[in-house]
Amino acid sequence: MSAVLDHHAHDDHHDHHAPTGWRRWVFATNHKDIGTLYLLFSFTMLMIGGVLALLIRAELFQPGLQFINPELFNQLTTMHGLIMVFGAIMPAFVGFANWMIPLQIGASDMAFARMNNFSFWLMIPAALLLSTSFFMPGGAPAAGWTLYAPLTLQMGPSMDTGIFALHLLGASSIMGSINIIVTILNMRAPGMTLMKMPMFCWTWLITAYLLIAVMPVLAGAITMTLTDRHFGTSFFNPAGGGDPVMYQHIFWFFGHPEVYIMILPAFGIISQIVPAFARKKLFGYASMVYATSSIAILSFIVWAHHMFTSGMPVTGQLFFMYATMLIAVPTAVKIFNWIATMWQGSMTFETPMLFAVGFIFVFTLGGFTGLILAMAPIDIQIHDTYYVVAHFHYVLVAGSLYAMFAGYYYWSPKWTGVMYNETRGKIHFWWSLIAFNVTFFPMHFLGLAGMPRRYADYPMQFADFNAIASIGGFMFGFAQVYFFVFIVIPTMRGKGEKAAQKPWEAAEGLEWEVPSPAPFHTFETPPKLNAAANQIIA
Amino acid sequence: MMKSIFNKSAVVLASGMAWAGSVVFSAAHAVSDLAGGPAVNQLNLHPAVTKIAEEQAWLHWFMLILCTVIFIAVFSVMFYSIWKHRKSVGHKPANFHESVTVEIIWTIIPFIIVILMALPATKVVVAMKDTTSADLTIKATGMQWKWGYDYIKGEGEGIGFISALDSTQREMSNNGGPKAGEVVNDYLLKVDHPLVVPVNKKVRLITTANDVIHAWYVPSLGVQQAAIPGFVRDTWFRAEKTGDFYGQCSQLCGKEHSYMPIHVKVLSAEDYAAWVAVEKKALAAKADDPSKVWTAQDITARGEKVYAANCAACHQANGKGAGPIKPLDGAAVVLNADHKLQISVLLNGQNNLTMPAWKQLSDTDLAAVITYTKNAWSNKTGQLVQPSEVAAARK
Repeated sequence: MSAVLDHHAHDDHHDHHAPTGWRRWVFATNHKDIGTLYLLFSFTMLMIGGVLALLIRAELFQPGLQFINPELFNQLTTMHGLIMVFGAIMPAFVGFANWMIPLQIGASDMAFARMNNFSFWLMIPAALLLSTSFFMPGGAPAAGWTLYAPLTLQMGPSMDTGIFALHLLGASSIMGSINIIVTILNMRAPGMTLMKMPMFCWTWLITAYLLIAVMPVLAGAITMTLTDRHFGTSFFNPAGGGDPVMYQHIFWFFGHPEVYIMILPAFGIISQIVPAFARKKLFGYASMVYATSSIAILSFIVWAHHMFTSGMPVTGQLFFMYATMLIAVPTAVKIFNWIATMWQGSMTFETPMLFAVGFIFVFTLGGFTGLILAMAPIDIQIHDTYYVVAHFHYVLVAGSLYAMFAGYYYWSPKWTGVMYNETRGKIHFWWSLIAFNVTFFPMHFLGLAGMPRRYADYPMQFADFNAIASIGGFMFGFAQVYFFVFIVIPTMRGKGEKAAQKPWEAAEGLEWEVPSPAPFHTFETPPKLNAAANQIIA
Repeated sequence: MMKSIFNKSAVVLASGMAWAGSVVFSAAHAVSDLAGGPAVNQLNLHPAVTKIAEEQAWLHWFMLILCTVIFIAVFSVMFYSIWKHRKSVGHKPANFHESVTVEIIWTIIPFIIVILMALPATKVVVAMKDTTSADLTIKATGMQWKWGYDYIKGEGEGIGFISALDSTQREMSNNGGPKAGEVVNDYLLKVDHPLVVPVNKKVRLITTANDVIHAWYVPSLGVQQAAIPGFVRDTWFRAEKTGDFYGQCSQLCGKEHSYMPIHVKVLSAEDYAAWVAVEKKALAAKADDPSKVWTAQDITARGEKVYAANCAACHQANGKGAGPIKPLDGAAVVLNADHKLQISVLLNGQNNLTMPAWKQLSDTDLAAVITYTKNAWSNKTGQLVQPSEVAAARK
């Protein structure tokens, strides 16, 4: 274990300088500490966003307004979307990246340790601005998470703080991405060539480029919204000759790559877990890399499929329909590769594998509804209905979130040094899987029957499916509380069976070459790697 | 051939799903299907009333069946593997992890499938976008939160009206929805003036909006089109059945987004002609002489109606407003003796159109509602605003 900083030669340097107490976290420059901060932060936001979602589901349990007036309802849907996308999913993957990328490529830390600290702490004021906007005059922004103009021009002052918060989160994401790119490109251990790199690092490398490409686009769109609101410009304000549809184009030029930003790292996590539990190498490593890159590139030319009903020429509609359907090809290749990895393996089904298989199964369902939505004529029928809500929750909850759960169960022994409770993990999986489907499957029917999304009240014919979805929603929410209280907290407190250095029989990668829990400093000197770059030659 | 296979399997699947639906759910609310609107626990698209909607429904079945078959095929392989290639049944891992041939095959096959899917869709897209040679052109204007319809060209030219949600249903929503046992099949779908169109005629619908983006969405007609302020878009439909068809605004447009339904009444040619005749006569009769001088009592009575139909949703019947909505009761602008102030707010809107402009209302209606607010609640100003003042301010 020459790679691990043992308490010998370097002892006197580090132990004296290692900050303790609150300083350890506020001044954190260690990638593992920052990773932990990111993960805890994003889980907090998941809970806040979840409470908003449950308020929505409570109101929709029955027709008629019971608890929430329509203004507040719109605020809830808007803030649920913004908080989940920018506060929960994106930072959580950055947390995984912080923890795992240096460990997987044999680097001592992230390239820019202080910028890393800054990009985390920037998110705190942003999160506070977003979460407290409900208490501002006029309430929280209520224009939907897409913030379409000119509705944003009618919003109260919380719109401005929301825009500011998004700027901060965008800056944070860009800094995080620069850090990840530089770390991956410059700090790999000798012998770790790009094409030997673990898939998780590959997917994050591609994701980081996507982020750098599109976050400034979002910043531009919301800045123009801000100047329309306050400085008399008319980028999107039709009253001054502005074009509200231009906003949609700019937003979705960001927004579509954004959905891949939220799923590519998930693909990476799944590509680590499936081989480990199938006891067989990942099938088609190179094709996985190419498929991920193709998805990323295609994601830039499909944005207007979110705007089929905004009105566009027939050629535009055809182009965006074809391009969108094309994305199904590399995505299918990924699914096939995972299944080929399982094929003829020797599988066991610990919780990480359960979530990975659950991911493949349920995410693919969301992929198929995506293909159906990509067909412009069908989209005309179900655009902006609950079908869309069902679709993106299948890919974002059963996709991104499940992959994160899988990743947590897979890597938490390395993080905490103890094994999570396997029975509880399985309960969490089955409970989440069932509750998720009870919540979101009926929404397909509601959408097909024409129930528009973002509705505070609805015709009575939609009542039963809404009631079922609400019950499922609460079940799903409680499952996540169970996860945190009965699984995460015990492992954080070190309660549980001591984890071996490599708790998974066939797991591969440098993260399993360091002890569990991973010491504060790892790979202080570049490790010597074997030919496959997945083991350290002592 | 392909089409008939799909149609047949569609019928089988549909009846299966309908059966499952009726077994699983017993109707908790006393409500039945609404013809032309949603059915109770409806599982699929609305029954088609236009060719386009029919094509859309066919495409949807085509995709659904194709995707289901692929899904089952792919996951049979996965679950077979999960069943057979487990450590607990003693399966030893194989060593293969690469095959260019296999990768090429499973790239090309989905590619071909995707092309097969795109072909029939292309035909429908082209048909959907062809808005030429319409028999009747109607402009639908989205407003917070109602629809304005103007018959631009064709039989009925010149007719125009506002179509808003039935106010008792809006009230019902605030009170927690229909009471137990109360049967409201068209809950949140009933409007005061439905859009009336003739059967078997190509209707071109031009959409635009006054304030924010709305979307005109009627599933049975296979139409969904955003209505964008400052821009016009168009779409079309040719209803092949007479009857009532319902839809709702599908683009988030502010607080009353859930409360601006669409009701399209499709009439036979004769009935439509009769409707046009009646409507034109009523239009002529209703056209108020803007120079008429009203008495306080008459104009206040009229103003109360205008207020209930247009203003009460935000400002409340008691004039106190709510949340960010300003109260009118005791408001300086309302109490001010200078009528021009309030007239200007109503004509032009205020606060970035949080208070929208109401210039689409007639001079008489505006004068009436202003007079009403100046005298209702605690605002006993005794002021009287005449239509001529509004007409003068418009210029």
